[in-house]
Amino acid sequence: MSETFVAAPDGGPDRPGPLARLTERCREILGPDAVITDPVRLRTYECDGLTYHRATPGLVVLPESATQIAAIVRACNEYGVPFVARGSGTGLSGGALPRSDGVLIVTSRMRRILSVDLASRRAVVEPGVTNLAITEAVRDRGFYYAPDPSSQQVCSIGGNVAENSGGAHCLKYGFTVNHVEACEIVTPDGEIVELSRMDAGYDLLGAFVGSEGTLGIATKITVRLSVTPEAVCTLLAAFRDVESGGRAVSAIIGAGVVPAAIEMMDALAIEAAEAAVACGYPPGAGAVLVVELDGPLAQVEQEYAQVERLCRENGAFELRVAKDADERAAIWKGRKSAFAAVGRISPAYIVQDGVVPRTALPGVLAAIDELSREYGIRVANVFHAGDGNLHPLVLFDDEEEGAGERAAEVSGRILDLCIRHGGSITGEHGVGVDKARYMTRMFSEADLDTMQLVRCAFDPRNLSNPGKVFPTPRLCGEAPGVRKGVHPLVEAGKAELF
Amino acid sequence: MTAERTGPAAPGIDPELIDTCVHCGFCLPTCPTYVLWGEEMDSPRGRIHLMAQHAEGTPVTPEMAGHLDACLGCMACVTACPSGVRYDRLIEQARAVVEREHRRPLAERVYRELVFRLFPYPRRLRALRGPLRLTEGLRRRLAPVLELLAPRLGTMAAIAPPITPRVRLPRLVRARGPRRARVGLLTGCVQDAFFPGVNAATARVLALEGCDVVIPPEQGCCGALSVHSGRRAEAARFARRVIETFERAGVDTVVVNAAGCGSATKEYAELLAGDPAWQARAKGLRFADLAEYLAELGPAAERHPLPLTIAYHDACHLAHAQNVRSQPRALLSGVPGVRLVEVAEQAICCGSAGTYTLFRPDASRELGDRKAERVAATGADLVVSANPGCTMQIAAGLRRRGRPMPIAHTAQVLDASLRGLPVSTLLAVR
Repeated sequence: MSETFVAAPDGGPDRPGPLARLTERCREILGPDAVITDPVRLRTYECDGLTYHRATPGLVVLPESATQIAAIVRACNEYGVPFVARGSGTGLSGGALPRSDGVLIVTSRMRRILSVDLASRRAVVEPGVTNLAITEAVRDRGFYYAPDPSSQQVCSIGGNVAENSGGAHCLKYGFTVNHVEACEIVTPDGEIVELSRMDAGYDLLGAFVGSEGTLGIATKITVRLSVTPEAVCTLLAAFRDVESGGRAVSAIIGAGVVPAAIEMMDALAIEAAEAAVACGYPPGAGAVLVVELDGPLAQVEQEYAQVERLCRENGAFELRVAKDADERAAIWKGRKSAFAAVGRISPAYIVQDGVVPRTALPGVLAAIDELSREYGIRVANVFHAGDGNLHPLVLFDDEEEGAGERAAEVSGRILDLCIRHGGSITGEHGVGVDKARYMTRMFSEADLDTMQLVRCAFDPRNLSNPGKVFPTPRLCGEAPGVRKGVHPLVEAGKAELF
Repeated sequence: MTAERTGPAAPGIDPELIDTCVHCGFCLPTCPTYVLWGEEMDSPRGRIHLMAQHAEGTPVTPEMAGHLDACLGCMACVTACPSGVRYDRLIEQARAVVEREHRRPLAERVYRELVFRLFPYPRRLRALRGPLRLTEGLRRRLAPVLELLAPRLGTMAAIAPPITPRVRLPRLVRARGPRRARVGLLTGCVQDAFFPGVNAATARVLALEGCDVVIPPEQGCCGALSVHSGRRAEAARFARRVIETFERAGVDTVVVNAAGCGSATKEYAELLAGDPAWQARAKGLRFADLAEYLAELGPAAERHPLPLTIAYHDACHLAHAQNVRSQPRALLSGVPGVRLVEVAEQAICCGSAGTYTLFRPDASRELGDRKAERVAATGADLVVSANPGCTMQIAAGLRRRGRPMPIAHTAQVLDASLRGLPVSTLLAVR
């Protein structure tokens, strides 16, 4: 039964098409248990954390080694079948959206921590290892892995590398790219290659991290471990409104304090978190700030005094300081569960991800509020206030006629706002399939073509996660004629098509 | 005959419950089958997706049934879910659908019928004790061979605990000292047949803490096995009998010492929702876990010291389904001399999960080994588990590792402390 399902779209069992042939090859490479062809099973992979986009994959495989992935990718090249890599399937831009004519390569069985070397502060892990598992493996010995996306308990490190994931603490500590020392990757043509920060020449590792699966699949990741800070101070400040909270943020950063994190949630987001995890944030708060300071004890104490004063000066009516790890976890719980918690107050929602300069925060938030009223669509705001990374949650009822479209429009217009204020269409969730169409609003055609040249250098056949990041595939060899005219760089004799 | 009117309460799977899942995936790392196999369709998120496919019109395929059957029902996902998805209700509804729409192979059907005609009946289960005792040595020797030839039989043979003498509990155990409360005691099926010492210890502890304990012998099964397997009508029948029995016993609180039974009895009102009169009667009775109840009551009796390092195991139906985590820990650490240690991966199920051991011996065994490894790693003197299924499963896992450890119920530790018994009474490895 499953045979026919795979073979049928390719032209029946007599003339097995590329996907059917690939399926056979994958069974040889992986054994039957790691190859999924049953339609009901395949459909469970139809979307990642962004359910708005769905496509049933043509085939799903669950490899357990880089060698197997390389063999599958070589087979994909042989038969001309596109492939998409997926970790835990928690991405929020549809970066792991499968292709019905392609294979989904899932790394969820590659979850071994291969080695930990505390002397050089490195751990080597497989791509399916969860972000939090790394920290859990070294916490007792005084280390941790710094990037902490809200989904850290489930998101995979391979996915973090693909999306260059951030998290609340990247204000002080940087993104995934700052914490990856080396990657073993399978290139889009099926070679196993090691990219390292130590490599001379172009920073290919830098190019690979955040390439959203378009430049290959990470199969082994060497991460940097950080030393657990001597002191951590987490405080929760409640404000009457978002504006005063925003002013406090600017004041804190302006005073030269670099907190490990400054997070803001507005009233609607607080309501959701309260409903989900009963986080007990101060009642009557129109906004809360979660500020975390870490480092040497003396420094933290001094910064805390500053932050407390600045919060109060800017209208904080209640301040709470976590006395121990449990209280700290309680403060963070509300924030970290906010996305999913919105499910409690709305049947459906879109998580947006945009960036604005910190100083533009109050203006942008006011404009979002206006949009919300104009469209009759509620927007809850959760954001990494310290670096201006907004996560508006656009709420709608998917049963209501046209609500989804209006929500999508609000969501898109929020990105326009970000661009207009000199920001970006994504802070940390990636472009994926969801934002590919917005790329043209941010980049000129020449910019995008230049990016395509990089992509083509890695993936000339456009098989590695095609359809993501770029609005339309261009420049690569097998899509001739799509582009009108010659690329300006080519015309100027500065680049060649290959 | 109201008995026949409250059939399956829900004809299908409630789409509104399905819709509450936002596909965030926070449940994946706590799901035992996802931990084992790393496949989407064997995770709560994937199973909810399968349910959605069914709700949209896809018939139950053997594959779909297989993945729903593979769920242990441990409810770790319910704890992990930030969106408040009622996976517990979803899987029960889905199981009822599978029971109705999916025709299992003959051998499977016969086996399941056998299990459901045996386990929820204390008297039938007790009848097994004789043959089990006589064959104990043989069973243990045969189990490895049987596990290869007929895994399910092998599992049964390997996991059944040593048979201890039957304890007949009186209908009433009077409070020692001033009476502080009057409660009923649910004796359970597996607990009663295989761990009679736990029931006796529970009754003594309650009595020593000042409770009159009423133990009606005619109470029967609480319906947990049935309701957790999608056999709601059967479960409702059991539930009504339990309610009636304890109403007649004149108590308004019933203490339960088996986690699986505790979680099922707390959901009686939901189970009987189709029948308002019975639902009202269900709401009139309070079911409380022993640890939960004792923590509320507060200690009165003197605790004698027990110099012991105890690894406390969270039973899923206690921790995830009833949110009882701190109370048993507080009770145990309240005993002078007791040092409590945590087991790694506490949130992951041991693989017992009611009938799961019997229906999916392969996965159950793998999870049992995983749990036993982590339990052994604590280096504790004693493992404490508040669910008979977990107790058998962990003991069997430890035996397989060739490193058996003594294992007891919270009630037995308290009993030993209250009565000033020596530590050795708890440390006999069986």
